[in-house]
Amino acid sequence: MANVNVKVIDREPQSLWEKSYIPEIIRGLAVTTGHFFRNLNPSKEKRTTFTRNYPEEPTIYPERYRGLHRLMLRDDGQVRCVACMCCSTICPADCIHIEAAEHDDPTIEKYPSVFVIDELRCIVCGLCVEACPCDAIRMDSGVHIPPYGERNEAFYDRDLLMSMGGRSQAVQGGKR
Amino acid sequence: MMVEVLISLVKIFVIVLGFVMAVAGLLTLLGDRKQSSKIQNRVGPNRAKILGIGVLGIPHFLADGLKLVLKENIVPAGANRFLHTLAPVLVLAPALIGWAVIPFMDHYCTGTMQTTAEYTEICVGGEWKNYFSIMHLNAGLLFAFAIAAISVYGAAIAGWASNSKYSLLGGLRSSAQMISYEVSMGLSLAGILLIYGTLDLNEMARMQGYLLWDWLPMWGVVVQPLAFFLFFLAGMAETKRAPFDLPEGESEIVAGYLTEYSTMKFAGMQLAEYAATVFIAALIAVIFLGGWQIPYVYADGIRIFDNHWVPFGEQAWYWISIFLRVHAMIFKILVLVWLQFMMRWTLPRFRYDQVMTLGWKILLPLSIANLFVTALIVTLL
Repeated sequence: MANVNVKVIDREPQSLWEKSYIPEIIRGLAVTTGHFFRNLNPSKEKRTTFTRNYPEEPTIYPERYRGLHRLMLRDDGQVRCVACMCCSTICPADCIHIEAAEHDDPTIEKYPSVFVIDELRCIVCGLCVEACPCDAIRMDSGVHIPPYGERNEAFYDRDLLMSMGGRSQAVQGGKR
Repeated sequence: MMVEVLISLVKIFVIVLGFVMAVAGLLTLLGDRKQSSKIQNRVGPNRAKILGIGVLGIPHFLADGLKLVLKENIVPAGANRFLHTLAPVLVLAPALIGWAVIPFMDHYCTGTMQTTAEYTEICVGGEWKNYFSIMHLNAGLLFAFAIAAISVYGAAIAGWASNSKYSLLGGLRSSAQMISYEVSMGLSLAGILLIYGTLDLNEMARMQGYLLWDWLPMWGVVVQPLAFFLFFLAGMAETKRAPFDLPEGESEIVAGYLTEYSTMKFAGMQLAEYAATVFIAALIAVIFLGGWQIPYVYADGIRIFDNHWVPFGEQAWYWISIFLRVHAMIFKILVLVWLQFMMRWTLPRFRYDQVMTLGWKILLPLSIANLFVTALIVTLL
């Protein structure tokens, strides 16, 4: 026990002013009262509350936010996807189900007759968007994946995904 | 006779149900939460809506009440069912009975009011009618103290009857705290009793209308600033709210004597705590802050520096002064309640031994010293 090094720390002695507590209590009260009245300010900008009233004041997501999927369209309104299965192959959560079918147009080889994304399984990694060779699937819809009451509500089929989609600027099926 | 009974009933209804329960209830379920949210840079409860209207979160207050009414009433196994049910009543009733002696305004004068040179209001050519306090008792302060002290029985019984170690500890702590603070509370008022020479709360408020050097209102806080401070502190400790919330210290004994309570029994106890806060605020207002007095405003006009004028004619002014004074009393109560809540959200809670040290080693000697000095001054003058 003789080898134990005891380090003595100097305590700052409290002055009588601090020991009486009353001035310090008044100081504390001044802080809380200041906050109280500042947050009663009718102008919202001058308040210091950080809370966002969520559904009424939704969060504005950044431009590159990965949200709900959408399927892009061709110029004639058909689905842009060529059912190459890149996205469903790379998907780590295995949430994309595609059934390919032959297209009537000979310049377009395949199209997805069934394209279902299970949004509950999706881990929002964005790899499907990276993998897509023809800019058909995107996650830039600007809305997050909503909560679901029923399991099957989370299955987004092709038409639903297309209804959120738009025309792509990218050139598809260019000259060889 | 019938008329007097009717008037008493109306007074009880308006004061206890209309004011105390409304203020205490709103404070319990809403005011405290809203106030704390503002202090902590939050917005507080604002989601509950009735028909799409959610003004300041007031529907939360109704929703909470409804929820508490509809919850299952649980009496734990091994608890004394009778006492377990009785305890919330014993806690809530004293918090409301005490209001019997709180004067919201001077007695109504059927004649004409006159203010003497000593700033005492007298009723000439008529008699006093007690319309603004439920009961006129010339030992009002004694009554208020006796009733306030009784409420601890409810807490102690609740702790014992619940058959839980946490409840028992909470009940014991609540009794210990009550004993420690009741002493300094009473002694801090002994000095002011020497000065006023009366136990009648309305008489006390009336005496505080005196203007020293014709401009300084001789309120209790001016005469006895130390006693005001001690009484405020001891009163806060007696309402068992943070920073003195040892009987229900969450971190140590779950919720103290409230642990085994649910439904309206719980709500009643919680409500009683807030009603006690409002009651202490009313006592402080009457004893130290002039009660219904407004400086320079008297029943027969405005007086300052020997000037005297009567706006709007004498009878009209009397009615206006009554209106102003009742609202002044309510305003003082609300400000004091607000201040107590501010303290609650400002100060960290005390450890059990610190509360006992504060009560017995600091407040008690200070209040005795205050009594001695006051007695000396009163004797010499």
